[in-house]
Amino acid sequence: MKWMSRATVNILLTVATLYTLLPLTWLLFASTKSLSDLYSTPGFAFADFNLIANIRAVSAENGGIFFRWYLNSVLYAGVGAAVSSFITIMCGYAFDKYQWLGKEKMFGLVLLGVLVPTTATALPLYLLASKVGVVNTFWAVFIPVLVHPFGVYLARVLSSGYVPGEVLEAARSDGAGEIRTFTRVALPMLMPAFVTIFLFQFTAIWNNFFLPLVMLNDQKLYPLSLGLFTWEKQGNAFPEFHSLVITGSLLSVVPLLVVFMSLQRFWKAGMTAGSVK
Amino acid sequence: MLFVGPFFALFAAVIVAPLAYAVYLSLFSEKSSGLGFGGAETVFVGLGNYLDTLADRAFTDGFLIILGYCLFYIPLMIGGALGLALLLDSGLARAKKFFQLALFMPHIVPGVIAGLIWLYLYLPGISPIVDLLGGVNFLGGDQVLGSVVNIALWEWVGYNMIIYFAALQAIPAEVLEAARMDGAGAIRTALSVKVPLIRGAVITTVLFTIIGSLQLFTEPMVLDNVSDGIVSTWTPNMYAYNEAFGNNDYGQAGAASIILALLAAVLSYVVTRWGNRR
Repeated sequence: MKWMSRATVNILLTVATLYTLLPLTWLLFASTKSLSDLYSTPGFAFADFNLIANIRAVSAENGGIFFRWYLNSVLYAGVGAAVSSFITIMCGYAFDKYQWLGKEKMFGLVLLGVLVPTTATALPLYLLASKVGVVNTFWAVFIPVLVHPFGVYLARVLSSGYVPGEVLEAARSDGAGEIRTFTRVALPMLMPAFVTIFLFQFTAIWNNFFLPLVMLNDQKLYPLSLGLFTWEKQGNAFPEFHSLVITGSLLSVVPLLVVFMSLQRFWKAGMTAGSVK
Repeated sequence: MLFVGPFFALFAAVIVAPLAYAVYLSLFSEKSSGLGFGGAETVFVGLGNYLDTLADRAFTDGFLIILGYCLFYIPLMIGGALGLALLLDSGLARAKKFFQLALFMPHIVPGVIAGLIWLYLYLPGISPIVDLLGGVNFLGGDQVLGSVVNIALWEWVGYNMIIYFAALQAIPAEVLEAARMDGAGAIRTALSVKVPLIRGAVITTVLFTIIGSLQLFTEPMVLDNVSDGIVSTWTPNMYAYNEAFGNNDYGQAGAASIILALLAAVLSYVVTRWGNRR
């Protein structure tokens, strides 16, 4: 009886796991195939091994623009998330440790910002940017994603948990200024919060599609997702683009999976802090 | 304050200013005079764009699509995630770490890439499942809603499962012990003790899922290219995008964006209020 229910539980979990993993497995198989094998051989079996040739085709297309997109994504998401996390942590720390007139009103404004979804601001941002004349620039995509109201909320909560007031007092009485106290004493203690918020932001920016779609015309500024999206659109007329999109997708997903698996501890902490109070 | 300055400067520039500008734009409309000679002139129309947008069948039909999507998606998502979390928490599961990671993995894949992978799994000729299922047309007008639901489910089921699992783990052992003493079996305990105890987490995720669904954009945009079941105004966000880039009507696009932002903000507000009350 016991082993039957044990078997049922594990079989059900395995079935669900097949559902989540098989599409990724298919991507792996598909990116090793030539275009004709892609159409003519079973999805979950190897044909002639063409992964290297496919990667070469991806690299060669349009003068190597794929790696340009890669670099853009890394800049938008990597540098963007780093700058954003720093600004966010600093702000959340100030909300936690300092008192000033109208502080809670300002915090209310931050919470109001949490309520507005990023897809709802993408078009208004475009309208404003086209008025100011900064559409189709790197900054048009880079700057908007630096703002992360939920991160400020999270940073305030985490700062009150990680940074004891006495430590700051001690630093001050040793003659450290406010900025020095923050960068030398508080920031190292907030490192786990920094990584958590960084990961949140990194995923959000890497996933962002609406904003680059409306802001950018110049292919050279595209992030990966937008680039692959435009390649796929050409697939109707030129089937070889299907191959490029499949291999390109694999190349763009693998590093993400590796990073996330190695940083599991941090995103789990962030998720549960955000949703289960 | 030096520490909050950068955040609030950016906040004003990329949230407050664009929304204010969109509100401003939404109050005007471009009217071409007569036969179009002398170019268009911009006239103040007050709430005219809002009334036009709300009266536009294409916009309101988008909400019907979202409604149908939610009716389909939410039971599957919550049922699936809750079921998986309960299985993992049942004490009978092996390799819990592996299952959690494997189920969560699709969530790491960016939305566009997830859409592209499934696009190929739906595309006749390349897809290994279309033939297997006797040539079913995943991209047809009647099926495409289900196909979009499936992509979202694939991306989010593991995410919600982890949230529920964390909530389940926080249930005190004495409560479960008491249930066992009263003679409740594993399934009974799961349904009548565990689920009610994590009700809060479940309701929060349902509301967040609704807010997310309201903004549905990426997945249908990706499938739009190969599916004749998706029109350019399929969801409210696609409508706003199409007004701006298809029709070059910034007033109308502004109005549609503001309506969506307000709706999402009000819903989120309800969620947070509800969460704080709890």
